[in-house]
Amino acid sequence: MIKKIAFVVDKMPYKSESSRLTLTHAIASQTVEIHLDDGDNVEPVLAFIGEGVLNCLKNQKASEVYGVTTLESHIKNALLTDIKLLICEEDVKKYGLTEDQIIMDAEDIGADITSELVPFSEIMSAMELADHIVYS
Amino acid sequence: MGKLTIGCFSSLVGSMTLDFAVKLAEAARKKGHDVDVWLSGNGTMLAKKGQRSFKDYSALEKTITELIADGSNVVACEACAEARGIHKEDLISGLGIKSADWYLASCFSADRVVHIGGE
Repeated sequence: MIKKIAFVVDKMPYKSESSRLTLTHAIASQTVEIHLDDGDNVEPVLAFIGEGVLNCLKNQKASEVYGVTTLESHIKNALLTDIKLLICEEDVKKYGLTEDQIIMDAEDIGADITSELVPFSEIMSAMELADHIVYS
Repeated sequence: MGKLTIGCFSSLVGSMTLDFAVKLAEAARKKGHDVDVWLSGNGTMLAKKGQRSFKDYSALEKTITELIADGSNVVACEACAEARGIHKEDLISGLGIKSADWYLASCFSADRVVHIGGE
């Protein structure tokens, strides 16, 4: 059996630990099988909405400034591990951002999939399809 | 009866969110449901033994000890706890310490998940 878990980020990066934790929990789906019966697994979808879309900005400098890993690196790791990644296009526009300012791929570390800029309605649909929602 | 999984990122002191999560766990347990509690981020502060009770602050060690004795699983994120200087020897007796995939597995088998993010 596969169960879908939607991880939804609506908090700013670095202001609190919330978005980082949500990302690490989503990425933990890669090893959840060790706790489950054969054939069981978790299918994650990761969505950024509201202020949460600011986590998706390119060229983050937290490593240099704070000495901590960037949310950018976590987002790229999520793409590398084939986690479906949705970014709310209305909120991207609300902050005056454009697609070229957003982390849309992680080709530099070998990821095959890309982020998807989608209408909020599509994120709602993903949440409705999920068995559980981790909203942080 | 069902299974409820509660995840919480909020701190023991500084908000009442953990109080709510623990009260919810207690209420579900009293109704006969299985309960898992996952503590991550600042929520791992709840895992530390030796909490001193002041009237100005929440002190949930006794309640957590009772929940564990009653069969609930209360588990802290190992990395989050270690980052805060909370080691295995500092934990409330019976409280588990695991990685985040344990939480997802708990969500997998839960009938309902209540996830409370950080402040």
